[in-house]
Amino acid sequence: MKPDVEPNRVSERVERAPKRTLVSPRVFLLATLALVPLTLSAASDASLTTSIFAPESTPAHSIMRLSLFVLAITGAIFVVVFGLIIYAVVRFRRRSEDDGKEPAQIYGSNPVEMAWTVVPIIIVVVLTLTTARIIHEIQDAPKPAGAVDVQVIGHQFWWEIRYPKYGVVTANEMHVPVSLKTHPMPTFLDLRSADVVHSFWVPRLAGKTELVPNKVNTMWIEPERTGLFLGQCAKYCGTQHSWMLLRVYVDTPEEFGRWLQEQKTSATSEPTAAAGRRIFERNACINCHAVNGTVGTGRFGPDLTHLMSRDTLGSGVVKNTPENLRAWIKAPDQFKPGVLMPAMNLNDPEIDELVAYLVTLK
Amino acid sequence: MDSIAKQPLDLESFTRSTSGKPVLSFLHEWVVTVDHKKLGIMYILYALFFLVVGGVEAMLIRLQLAVPNNHLVGPQAFNQLFTMHGTTMIFLAAMPFIFGFANYLVPLMVGTRDMAFPRLNAFGFWLTAFGGLLLYFSLIGGEGMTGAGSAPDVGWFAYSPLTSKAFSKGHSTDYWTLGILISGFGSIATAINILTTILCLRCRGMTLMKMPLLAWLYLIVSGMVLFAVSPLSAAQIMLLLDRFLGAHFFDTQAGGSAVLWMHFFWIFGHPEVYILVLPVFAFASEIIPVFSRKAIFGYPVMVGATVAIGFVSVSVWAHHMFAVGMTSMGNTFFAISTMLVGVPTGIKIFNWIGTMWGGKIRFATPMLFSIAFLAQFLIAGLTGIMLAAAPFDWQLTDSYFVIAHFHYVIVGAIVFMIFAAVYYWFPKATGTLLNESLGKWHFWLFLIGFHLTFDTMHIPGILGMPRRIYTYSADRGWGTLNLVCTIGAVFQALGILVFVFNIVRSLRKGQPAGNDPWDAWTLEWTTSSPPPEYNYAELPVVKSRRPLWDLKHPTDPDWKYE
Repeated sequence: MKPDVEPNRVSERVERAPKRTLVSPRVFLLATLALVPLTLSAASDASLTTSIFAPESTPAHSIMRLSLFVLAITGAIFVVVFGLIIYAVVRFRRRSEDDGKEPAQIYGSNPVEMAWTVVPIIIVVVLTLTTARIIHEIQDAPKPAGAVDVQVIGHQFWWEIRYPKYGVVTANEMHVPVSLKTHPMPTFLDLRSADVVHSFWVPRLAGKTELVPNKVNTMWIEPERTGLFLGQCAKYCGTQHSWMLLRVYVDTPEEFGRWLQEQKTSATSEPTAAAGRRIFERNACINCHAVNGTVGTGRFGPDLTHLMSRDTLGSGVVKNTPENLRAWIKAPDQFKPGVLMPAMNLNDPEIDELVAYLVTLK
Repeated sequence: MDSIAKQPLDLESFTRSTSGKPVLSFLHEWVVTVDHKKLGIMYILYALFFLVVGGVEAMLIRLQLAVPNNHLVGPQAFNQLFTMHGTTMIFLAAMPFIFGFANYLVPLMVGTRDMAFPRLNAFGFWLTAFGGLLLYFSLIGGEGMTGAGSAPDVGWFAYSPLTSKAFSKGHSTDYWTLGILISGFGSIATAINILTTILCLRCRGMTLMKMPLLAWLYLIVSGMVLFAVSPLSAAQIMLLLDRFLGAHFFDTQAGGSAVLWMHFFWIFGHPEVYILVLPVFAFASEIIPVFSRKAIFGYPVMVGATVAIGFVSVSVWAHHMFAVGMTSMGNTFFAISTMLVGVPTGIKIFNWIGTMWGGKIRFATPMLFSIAFLAQFLIAGLTGIMLAAAPFDWQLTDSYFVIAHFHYVIVGAIVFMIFAAVYYWFPKATGTLLNESLGKWHFWLFLIGFHLTFDTMHIPGILGMPRRIYTYSADRGWGTLNLVCTIGAVFQALGILVFVFNIVRSLRKGQPAGNDPWDAWTLEWTTSSPPPEYNYAELPVVKSRRPLWDLKHPTDPDWKYE
């Protein structure tokens, strides 16, 4: 036998060398057929689907390979056993011409019972070995030198996103670089919680990992193409669990570098917005919100230094436009009942000035 | 030793008239009763009541989710609805059903006059009953009166620190934890009672391996209740200490552990699934043979598989926690142990098919529900295998796929088999048969509704819809699927209405059942319907697992083969 050269794990992951295939093409076809109804009902905008069967990142691919394998095996078991049930029910129904005698009484059969004990055990062994391999492949993957580190902190009901190496803080919309074959750049996430248990889930990038108070969890993603990937909190975390949405923007390395640069700068202070800034700084806004370069350093709510660089407000509940921003400040509850941000009871001119200031935070 | 054949029962003397009693003394008789049959019936009526209450909550949940961006109920009310729905269905519907049938059937089937501790039995029922009332008192008690309802909103597994004082103000969580603690004590009392009854009060000749399978399964279940409900009660006490005395078991802001609660809860929570499903295996193991006209296939293996499930099921709890951040070794261990449970469970399914094989199947309503149970439990088990594959679970957990999976277990298997059991034993308990055509309406409506709702529900989970969200935006592609689920729920509700109507109608003018309407084989069918308070004029003596088969076929009795 030819000695098998075991490729280095990291480079294997990064170069996406063709892997030993887990499923035969025929099984794959069967599983795919089973998925037709799923794809039919997928999101109207196909590029924004959150189907777990549309992976765009290495761990999500590994999970899908395992999933199709498990689906194929369980599908086969279903066909056989369901077939037996239907056959028994139809074949052994009481006929109209029944003679009223009791059928032959059979109390059991050792060989038959042995068979249906041993076969399931073999299936379980195969499934567990495969599962163990994928668990190891994902959970024990070493972190390559070029990896990007991001810290995600779950709050009721929003995501704090920090890039400790770059001194960047943002919220709800994470930017990560695409990982190319020539330039591997997986992103390693360090997950924490500021209050209750949350769960980080962007189905096309990876499975879930929970954000547990007093515990630091890690996971990694390795997106293969640029674009926007949707997700949301998957662990019930209180009143507004539903609108704790999450957006991951996968940028080219150049775009990502530019984005980091922009986020690093302090907020610009335009003289036209001075009145609004005063309102921001003299109200309770600063207890919860930070704007770099002002007295606002609160961390209870999202960092607003580059508020206008984000597409959404309220952790994705509504588009970030000046009108929505105004309405949000006036009554956050109307978009997100139960949100922890209170209505500040500012009068209309004050809100206008405040919004005029906030829209300068680009 | 005498066989039962030599002891003809004087059935006339069992028939007692209760007509003409004033309402008050009738009520008094039921409230102070220690008769296992009356308590069993009360458990079942109580469970049926809460099945309807929990069902109404489920309907509201489904109506809210039927279309995107719905404003039928707000987030707060929605969270209370799913918390109350889950807690109600598990603790106030499923558990009382299980204990109700145990109470009614176990003493009859092992051939004795009552449970081992009749007064403890009544105590257990009333604890369970008041636990449920306490939970629902949260709607009007405490701040409820002024705050227009303060039902708990922490989810049925109430993950800390959502339950800590900081995140759950007021008393709604206190009602939740006290209600469960008290009904849990009731469960423990009843489990001890069932265990003792089965071990100590079997009639002459009934060795352990000659017990009906139902008794065997309840023996294992009772052991599991002791094993599982005790840690749950401990956790509730710890939570109460946290909330009232400033302890910090689960108070993460003071260094407590959220993960500790998860372990405590699921050490209860997963065996709980088997606590609910083994009794319905028991029903299937009694009903399928009778309607296939054959002895159960592989009785010793069925017993062995049950014991195996009992043991393995207490080592699988952390498969609820694959996403919590356990080590890869931990995840692998729980993936393996979870898949292992599939082996004994599979054996059971095969043995039931083996029982039907070569039989002459009668499609009476109990059997229809049992056949649906077989197929649905098969699917529930297979989606369980998918969830046991930890990486697959990282995608599926906390999504609607999991909701679909466990409703397949709890509705598709447990509720279907509870219906089968009600149709099967109703004539014994009341003396009248349930109407067969209404039974078939009930079956088909519920079957169609069940599949519309829960088959469909797997798909939004695969498409990324998390559980416990009160609404979602239209562009996520989940709208149509959710609408189909809701339409299915309407069919299920219609089925339940037919069922309740059938019970009421049959009680008033049902067809008399006689002692043994199904031509069955276990001891309860030897006595009158309903049985007298003392069950048997003379305690039976058995020689095989099917004493009535021996009686009916004196030339070819079972004990020659067992």
